[in-house]
Amino acid sequence: MTYLRLENLHRDFGTVKALNGINIDVGEGEFLSLLGPSGCGKTTALRLVAGFDRPNAGRIIVDGKDVTNVSPNKRDMGMVFQAYSLFPNMTARQNVEFGLRIRGKHRSERGSKAGDLLELVGLGHAGDRFPHQLSGGMQQRVALARALAIEPRVLLLDEPLSALDAKVRVQLREEIRRIQLELGITTLYVTHDQEEALAISDHVAVMYGGVIEQMGSPAEMYTTPATPFVAEFIGTMNRLEARVVDPATGEVEHAGLRLHVDAARQRSAGERVLVLIRPESLEIQAAGGDANGGVDGNVFRGEVITQTFLGPVTRVKVVGGELALTADMSTARAAALPIGSSVVARVPSGDLRLLSLPEDGMASVGVDPDAE
Amino acid sequence: MAPSAYLWLGLAAIYFILPLYATLAFSLKKNVAGAPCCTLANYSWVIHNSDFWHTIKVSFVLAIETIVISLILFVPTIYWVHLKLPRLRPVIAFLALIPFVVPPIVMVVGLLRVFQGTPHWFYGEPWGFLAAAYVILAFPYMFFSLDAGFRAIDVHTLTEASQSLGASWPTTLVKVILPNIRAAALAGSFLALAIVMGEFTIANLAAFHTFPIFLQYVNESAGFPAGALTLLSFMITWAAMGSLLLVGRRRGGRGAMIAGTR
Repeated sequence: MTYLRLENLHRDFGTVKALNGINIDVGEGEFLSLLGPSGCGKTTALRLVAGFDRPNAGRIIVDGKDVTNVSPNKRDMGMVFQAYSLFPNMTARQNVEFGLRIRGKHRSERGSKAGDLLELVGLGHAGDRFPHQLSGGMQQRVALARALAIEPRVLLLDEPLSALDAKVRVQLREEIRRIQLELGITTLYVTHDQEEALAISDHVAVMYGGVIEQMGSPAEMYTTPATPFVAEFIGTMNRLEARVVDPATGEVEHAGLRLHVDAARQRSAGERVLVLIRPESLEIQAAGGDANGGVDGNVFRGEVITQTFLGPVTRVKVVGGELALTADMSTARAAALPIGSSVVARVPSGDLRLLSLPEDGMASVGVDPDAE
Repeated sequence: MAPSAYLWLGLAAIYFILPLYATLAFSLKKNVAGAPCCTLANYSWVIHNSDFWHTIKVSFVLAIETIVISLILFVPTIYWVHLKLPRLRPVIAFLALIPFVVPPIVMVVGLLRVFQGTPHWFYGEPWGFLAAAYVILAFPYMFFSLDAGFRAIDVHTLTEASQSLGASWPTTLVKVILPNIRAAALAGSFLALAIVMGEFTIANLAAFHTFPIFLQYVNESAGFPAGALTLLSFMITWAAMGSLLLVGRRRGGRGAMIAGTR
């Protein structure tokens, strides 16, 4: 059942359309991430939900009630900000108690609740410290406890981890998810980090240019991107612009190279398509091995030109003629294929995804395919 | 510390302490040629002079009034400018420079003409006319101190955080913003206090009897007591600043830090 609904929201800043009619439904207790690059409108959407800004058109409905014109201090939305937002003149405990004081709660109730929440975020021992005595990660934990103290109807998080170092970020995002599940609180999370969004969300909405490109579960977003932008933005993707040659066999052509793509069987001949290959779908072998194309015939020959060590996995770039492919393989196997090695890359036809392209449109929307 | 640092420190100390010492030595002399040092008669004269107490009270109350009116006027205004109208900031900064540029004598003539015809409780009393003039004189000091304080905190985020927790605008201003610009407000208040305690031109031309007017009168009529009066006024001003600091300072957070140092 929908608990938070963003209905046809529009927000213009002069001639810039920050939001161009977005529709989002979030179920009760659900965790939805708004994911997109800078300027896509995700923070604008969150600020509209918080009440810090008003839409030019559209409605925001929480639990069946229209709150579009309700002032922010009457919305009961807990918010954690990107910037450190603790009140510098108050201790961690006083920060957590602030919303309860505003609501006129009794001192003992405030104290007990602040203590519980500080324990929940793992800072039971730091209640008497001032913000400048806390690390960035600790400050964001206190900010989370403070937002939760008022028992908000919706928890809003605006890139709360972006100022933290990588290790703390991973640790804290898991804690946010644990606490969200524990309390069953409806949560809207804004991030530009796709790994973060995929790791902790029930649903992800990818935004670009003020519109929602695709919304779905993290697995859906990763395995079946609906638009070229989503394909580029979520994970790393090899993209080949091609035309369908023979729908009966699923054959497509890219720069003179024939590929078999199962998904091309429902297409029409001559249709312009974008073939998508995840790096982990590519099997790389030394050219001296079995290089006969296998059952699908999707075999590319080339040379290893770069290797990027990513821990257990190594990212290998293979270039052959006009084709450049990125593949992920185990670091142990990659060690046997140093830069300059001749290799064959093979991908099963069932692992190739296909998206339609307009006849004169662009396949790329300017996102680096290697960007994480 | 390097030896040259001690040298400069010593020179600076001499620069500030020597005039004070000279004033002290002068204030302890008897008004009789060749009399031996020292006497507290000049201090006794000052302390037993009713005009001294009257004028110091007038100036001190005027200073407090100026500080209170300035804070009430400027804190919400500068807060709002930082929050909602940042493009107005340079305009206000320019306006704040006007009291520096316009000489007090020009200002007082203008103010006397502007306020001519206003009720006597305003035009004829220092608490009305003089306080209004002193708020204008203190404007640049208050503005630049408060502006530095507001720039040292994240006004937008603190305001939005407070609002998201249910606080109204006034609550946000009083409980969140004000404690975090306390150092800046104190700095502005110190400067306003110092200006009012020493302002002569406007009070003299507007014919009000304030402490600097009394000081000037004593200086012209009795040289040795004037030295004692100068030192006493110096100590009283410092004591007043110390009290402001004590009232405004609270232990704990960073609010008591000097604005702009964060």
